[in-house]
Amino acid sequence: MTNNAIFRTCPDTGLRFHGPAETLIKLNAVAAVVFLLVGGIMGIGVGLTRWPEVHLLGPQDFYTTLTSHGINVLIFWIIFFEIAALYFVSSVVLGCRLATPKLGYLAFLLMVIGALVNNYAVWSLSSAVMMTSYAPMPAHWAFYLGLILFAVGALIGCFIFLGTLVIAKKEKTYEGSIPLVTFGGLTACIIAIFTIASGAIILVPTLLWQLGYVSNIDAGVYRLIWWAFGHSSQQINVATHVTVWYMVGALVFGAKPLSEKVSRFAFVLYIAVLQIASAHHLLVDPGVGTEWKIFNTSYAMYLAVMASMVHGLTVPGSMEAAQRARGYTNGLFEWLRKAPWGNPVFSSTMISIVGFGFLGGISGVMMGAEQLNLIVHNTLYVPGHFHATVVLGTTLAFMGITYWLVPVLFRRELILTSWCKWQPYIFGLGMTGVSVFMMGAGTLGLPRRHWDAAFTSSSFPYEFPSSAMALMSLNGLSVVLAAIGGGMFCLIIVGTLLFGKKVGQEEKFPRVMVATPPTEAQYVTLHRSGNAISGTLLLAGVFLIAFVVYYFINWKYLAETWGMS
Amino acid sequence: MNENDQEEEKIPIMQQLIDNPFLLLFIGIAIPTVTYIIWGIVEIVSIPIAN
Repeated sequence: MTNNAIFRTCPDTGLRFHGPAETLIKLNAVAAVVFLLVGGIMGIGVGLTRWPEVHLLGPQDFYTTLTSHGINVLIFWIIFFEIAALYFVSSVVLGCRLATPKLGYLAFLLMVIGALVNNYAVWSLSSAVMMTSYAPMPAHWAFYLGLILFAVGALIGCFIFLGTLVIAKKEKTYEGSIPLVTFGGLTACIIAIFTIASGAIILVPTLLWQLGYVSNIDAGVYRLIWWAFGHSSQQINVATHVTVWYMVGALVFGAKPLSEKVSRFAFVLYIAVLQIASAHHLLVDPGVGTEWKIFNTSYAMYLAVMASMVHGLTVPGSMEAAQRARGYTNGLFEWLRKAPWGNPVFSSTMISIVGFGFLGGISGVMMGAEQLNLIVHNTLYVPGHFHATVVLGTTLAFMGITYWLVPVLFRRELILTSWCKWQPYIFGLGMTGVSVFMMGAGTLGLPRRHWDAAFTSSSFPYEFPSSAMALMSLNGLSVVLAAIGGGMFCLIIVGTLLFGKKVGQEEKFPRVMVATPPTEAQYVTLHRSGNAISGTLLLAGVFLIAFVVYYFINWKYLAETWGMS
Repeated sequence: MNENDQEEEKIPIMQQLIDNPFLLLFIGIAIPTVTYIIWGIVEIVSIPIAN
C-alpha cells in the first residue's frame, strides 16, 4: 500500500478515501451537475416550443437548443457522473488507491475541453445537427472534435477504473469476488469501452470528412455505427443506475442482495447483450435485413430485458427483506409504508425503479419488436420512452445518490432540507408527465425532431387528432414542473457546496449515513416465516400484467392500422 | 498438491468468468462487435450498387 497519509477514513461510513480519487470524484460530479443545469435549461426551451399554445422558439433556435439539450444531458451530465461513480465504486468501495491519478486529471481536462468545444460548435458554428448528427448532414469539424476529445477522456477514465481493480486485487484490499456494486461499475465500464470505441470508429472519419481528408461518409454505415455509440451510451446509464439502486438499498436499509449470484449473472447478461439493443433504432432502416434486426432486438435484447427484470425484482425485494427482518411484517406493505419517504436518497431511488420499469422498460420492449416499432418509429413516442429510462431512471437515481454523496465527500450539511424532501416528487411527477404525454402524442403520430410537429405551417398540412395537441400542452406543463424540480436540485447542491454548514473531517453528521444491516439471526427468523418478499412479488405480478396488457394493446393497434376485409 | 491448491481447483467456471474483468471485457466487446457491427456492415456493403 502506498502512502497512508493521502487516505482519510470517513467517520460516518467507515469508507477509506484516497485523496486524489476523492478530488477526481468531486471534480467529475460537479462538472456533471453544471452540464445538467445547462442541458436542463435547454430542455425548457424545447418543451415550451413543443407546447402548441406557447411555441417559444423559431426553427433555427429550436434545432440549436434541441442539439444542445440532447448532448449536454444525454452525454455530458451522464458520463461525467458515471466517471465519478466508477472512481467511487473502485477506489472508495475497495479501499485502495486510484490508479494513475495524473491520467485521471488529464481525462477530466479532456472531457471538459471536449464538452466546451462541442457546445461552442453547436452555438456559434452552425452545428445544429441534433444529437444524432446523421451524415451527410454536416456539422462544423469542431463539433466532432469536441465529442472525440470528450470520448478519449472518458475512455481513459474507464481504464483507470480497470487499473484500480488490478491494484485492489494485487494489494489484497478485498477478499473473494469484488463487491456487487463494484461489479455493476465494471459492467458499466465494459459497456462504456464498447460505446466509446464505436464512437471513435465513426466520429474520427466524419471529422476527417469535414476537414476534407475523406471524400464520403456512407450514410447507412454511419447510422449503424453511430447507434452503437448513441444507444449504448444509454446502456452505460442503465448499468450505473442499477448499481446505484443496489447501493442505496445497502445505505438506507442495510439490505443485502437476495442472491448475489443471480444479480451478478444479470450484470453478465448486460455485458453480453445489452449494447446490441441499439439495433431497435434501425428497425425501419432499409440497409440491414430482417434477420439482423430480429436477432439483435427480439432475441438478444430480451436477455437484457430479463436481466433488468431480475434487478427490478431483487432491489426492492432486498429492501423488503431488510425491513421485514427488522420487524415490519404486518400485511403486504408495512415495510413500504414505513420506508423513509422523506429521505430523498430513498424516494429518488424508488421513483427511479418504478418509472424505469413501468414506463421506460415496458415501452422499450414494445418499441424493440420490429412490427410494433412501425407504429411509433420517429414519433414523439421515442423521446417519451427515453425520458422515462434516462431521466426518470438514471437522472433521478443519480440525484438520489448525490444527496448522500455531497455530505460524505464535501463534509457539508445539505441546505434547504424541506426542499430536499419534495424535490424528487416534483421532478419525478413532472418527468412522468413528460414521458407519458409524449408517448401518447407519439402514438397518435406526432413526429419527433420537428420544430412544427403538427405541421401547422406546412404547405401540405396534416390534421392530427386534437387530443394529440392537448397531450402536447400537458407535456408543456409537465416540462415546467420537471424544470422546477431540476432547478431545486441544482440550487440545493450548488448552494450546499457554497453555503452548507461545514462538518469536520473527524466529526459525524447528526443522522445515520449508513444503516446497520439486520443480523443473520433476524434474516433466519424471516426466512423461516416463508414471507420474505411477498409485497415485492405482488408488485412484480402487477408489473408483468401491465407489461402483457400493454404489449397486446399495441398489437391490436397495429392490426387496426390496415383494415382487412 | 496441498490443500490450498485443491480449494482453488474447486472454483466453478462461472465464478472464474465473473472474477476476471478482462475476460468479461473481451465478451462485452466481441459479442456486439460481431452480431451488431460486423454483421450490420456486411449487410450494408452487400447492397448492390445502382446502375
